[in-house]
Amino acid sequence: MASAAMKRSPTLAIFATGFVILWVIIASFPFLWTLWGSFKVQGDFFSKADWTNALWGTRTIVETGDAFTTHAYSGAWIDQEFWRASLNTFIVVFFTVIISLTFGTLGGYALARSGYRYAFWLLMIALVFRAMPHITLVSGYLLPFFEWNVWGHLPTSIIVLVAINQPFTLWMLHSFFLNIPKDLDESAMVDGCTRFQAFRYVIIPVMWPGVITTGLFSFLLAYNDFAVTAMLLSQENQTMVPKIASFLGSTFEEGNVMFAVAAVVSATAPLFVLILFFQRQIVSGLTAGAVKG
Amino acid sequence: MNFFKTTAASAAIVLMGSTAYADCGIASGNVNILGNEFGAIQALVAGAKECASSTVTIESNLTTEHRDIQVAALTANPAQYTSAIVANSSIVPLLNEGLIRPLDDLIAKYGAGIKDTQKITIDGKVMAIAFMANAQHLYVRQDILDAAGLEVPSSYEEVIAAGQAIRDAGLMEHPFAMNSKTGWNLGEEFVNMYTGTGASFFKPGTAEPAINNESGILALNTLKALADLSNPDFLTFDSNATGAIWEAGDVAIAQLWGSRASGILDDEGSTEEVTSNTVLAAAPTVGGGDTPASTLWWDGFTIAANISDEDAEATFIAMVNGIRPEVITANNDAAVWLADGFTPGPAATGVFATASAGARPYPMIPFMGLMHSALGDELSDFLQGGESAEQALADIEAAYTAAAKEQGFLQ
Amino acid sequence: MPHKTFFWFIFPSLAAMFLFIAMPIVSVAFQSLFIEHEQVLIEVENCGPFGCETETIIDNDATAAIREAEPLGRFNGLGTYFDRGHLATSEIGEAWSTRESLGAFVSEVMNLPFYRALAFTLTYTFVCTPLIILLGLAIALGVNALPKMFKGPTIFVSLLPMIITPLIGSLILFWMIDAEGVIGKTLQVLFDDPDLSLKASPALTWITLIVYGVWSSAPFAFVVFYAGLQTVPEDTLEAAMVDGASRWERVRYVVVPYLMPLVVFITLIQLMDNFRVFEPIVGFSASANATSLSYIIFADLRGDIARFNSAAATSILTIIGVAILLTPVLIRTWRDFNRKRT
Repeated sequence: MASAAMKRSPTLAIFATGFVILWVIIASFPFLWTLWGSFKVQGDFFSKADWTNALWGTRTIVETGDAFTTHAYSGAWIDQEFWRASLNTFIVVFFTVIISLTFGTLGGYALARSGYRYAFWLLMIALVFRAMPHITLVSGYLLPFFEWNVWGHLPTSIIVLVAINQPFTLWMLHSFFLNIPKDLDESAMVDGCTRFQAFRYVIIPVMWPGVITTGLFSFLLAYNDFAVTAMLLSQENQTMVPKIASFLGSTFEEGNVMFAVAAVVSATAPLFVLILFFQRQIVSGLTAGAVKG
Repeated sequence: MNFFKTTAASAAIVLMGSTAYADCGIASGNVNILGNEFGAIQALVAGAKECASSTVTIESNLTTEHRDIQVAALTANPAQYTSAIVANSSIVPLLNEGLIRPLDDLIAKYGAGIKDTQKITIDGKVMAIAFMANAQHLYVRQDILDAAGLEVPSSYEEVIAAGQAIRDAGLMEHPFAMNSKTGWNLGEEFVNMYTGTGASFFKPGTAEPAINNESGILALNTLKALADLSNPDFLTFDSNATGAIWEAGDVAIAQLWGSRASGILDDEGSTEEVTSNTVLAAAPTVGGGDTPASTLWWDGFTIAANISDEDAEATFIAMVNGIRPEVITANNDAAVWLADGFTPGPAATGVFATASAGARPYPMIPFMGLMHSALGDELSDFLQGGESAEQALADIEAAYTAAAKEQGFLQ
Repeated sequence: MPHKTFFWFIFPSLAAMFLFIAMPIVSVAFQSLFIEHEQVLIEVENCGPFGCETETIIDNDATAAIREAEPLGRFNGLGTYFDRGHLATSEIGEAWSTRESLGAFVSEVMNLPFYRALAFTLTYTFVCTPLIILLGLAIALGVNALPKMFKGPTIFVSLLPMIITPLIGSLILFWMIDAEGVIGKTLQVLFDDPDLSLKASPALTWITLIVYGVWSSAPFAFVVFYAGLQTVPEDTLEAAMVDGASRWERVRYVVVPYLMPLVVFITLIQLMDNFRVFEPIVGFSASANATSLSYIIFADLRGDIARFNSAAATSILTIIGVAILLTPVLIRTWRDFNRKRT
């Protein structure tokens, strides 16, 4: 693409670059603002008096003697044991992604290769499943989960997140597998492989880009989930997002909003690393997968 | 039988009990406590957990989502939690479903230290033990009132006049604030105001709404006048937002929760000028009434019905241990405690003044929650000037009636 | 693929969806047809720290007997669907027969919670979805034209709005757009209006929510489009250029048609997600001026008394709404599917 076909006039180049720069500013400004503000006290970052306080840390200097304070971070991570929530999040996210992808690749592969009408109808039903508001689903789970004594445990939340995530995963992976030529696995089967062996030895090696992209979206769903984890996990199993929400305070008592801010910034860090790490795969994955819609 | 009238005199007598509590006297059992997550409850639960031993396990789940899981959690048999910490409004669903047990036997055996005023009695049976109180009341800035030459207002009519005077004097453009965020907060403001008129929300003995009357219109018009004195963003103001603008010194008179007082009076997040001039006063009256336009709230603990008697006993003893005088004294400023050991500090004056002026409790009626939701959702149009008071009240009654029919309260 | 093999491949996925989505949906649909039992009320004296009051309570013993007889509640058919909290057919009928003008009728309909929510939900869905697609495509084209060394960091920054958990993202933005916040103040200067508040007026609240919606979902469209752009066949583009096509024409007649399947995919997902808009309304405390179907469900379930039957009916209506919205896209997929089969 970056070849002769895409050579442009200088005006257009300036316009396009300007547009991208504008977008980058719009996309990153709230985050940078939060990052900067997380080293201030609440009176500055959420200043009602003058927003420039958040820049210079007027109240921070009054209350802590310095323009920067790591109080919010130490409060969240040490006093409030945010590390425990991060550990739980790690467990939930890790297993949700792994199980989602395992189920999803098998199912997506079958849907892409079936050729019968019911495969289409299954995909349609999966879409209808996706339309169900999560909050209704979760309220419906509560009573049976309490009665079966499975409420509050990490595995319960993991399996619920996997199930909620399946429709999207199936759709993405199905369209990805459609793009892998049928000849690949069919010729393996002509050579005497079973369907599963063909899948295991021929398809798995070439499917990673699509799987990683789908995995990114599963990851984001599990990582950012509030509706499921807030209602289905007990306090010691709480994950990051409900924990952050609990910093915000309630009608009764003022919260530690700065703890929430610091926690949000910290919660974003692993995502940075992850995206930098998988950047190439994400893009090439979608290339192969989603193009067929 | 009013806590505040008796306690004001006896508050000085703090029982620094030296009873040895190391062994709470629980033989064995499992205790699991569900409750909201704030300092006072955390202190109580920590106190209860001191009873843990090799034969007694004590666990807890303190979360802001407690209201949404309590019914399902206590319906299961055996219940997930042996105790749920509730308030006037959140005890109602548990009572409606019959999920909590009467405590009279347990009090007779283990509740010697519990005062009569702490007992929440429903139809002659004690269903909960209250340990703390809360109410919305007036916060005023003495310096601004002085500058405008005003007294601390004692009725909403005076509040509105004072607000107007402050605006006219050019001191502040939006001198008033209340928790008027659409939803639960706004509903609570109407409940407060309407309670101040002395009228009843329902026709006696039935679930039929009775707010479409003169008192309802008076309450709405008062709220509208207050909204006009508030910042135009008032429909987004929850307790966190109003607390912040108070601390920023942007308002002169506000109706806020008493539980916020200690956070507002401390030196964090605000200037000396604001904190030293903040005066806590009783909630004002409305329309010439003589009771404050505010509702009183308590928080208390209940014991689940679907658990063994052994666990219920263990839970009761542990919870009583959590509100023993030492715990209360050590956490004196965390709440307005109802149990022995509390010395009312400056932050408690507003709640005390409101209660002693005869404010009424938030009603523990099975269908009050439906009314509250209908109020919270249907009032914002009126306050924004989009519809008449009569129309707003008709909408509220219609929304409530639909909900009450669905829940089987109306036919 | 033989039916049996197909079954074993899809079994884990199907089992998870069956247990945790299909069964709950069936149960929700079933419960939406019922309402609670008649509650037997009695008046008693209740006492507490603040004195005694005569109040109404539920007679648990009497109610338990009724409940025992019919554990599901009273059958109400589609009654809940047509009551005031949902489709409100009788209220609408009355408003129509007593209307003074069309405007008055519309404003009466908009006074009903379901239609108020539907109005915002549909506006949000139909404004956000195309904007997300256009913005995503524009960013993808722009980023694709960047020198290689800038691409990585730009992609990464572009994903930020999607990464930050909506609950907190909207909370921080809510403070930034406050009349005293950095964005709010800037807008006041830009529009030269010191009283401008994005939170106060319905119109500005809607615009704020839509802008947030586009901002937070554009990265999704961007990633998908950017990936798609990598596969646009070079020779077709070059051929178009030889034919004298301008850059705009190349985008219009070569790139966009090639990306069409992607547009379908994004439209499908975004229509569905935008129709269920919920978090921004809570995060921006916007419920005074903008509610959505998901928000009414939330409000029903999170009151002091959970109205599960009502929430169930609204949920089923949401599913039907999504199904109607997606029909054109699904018909297209059906045709594609049949074409591929043959």
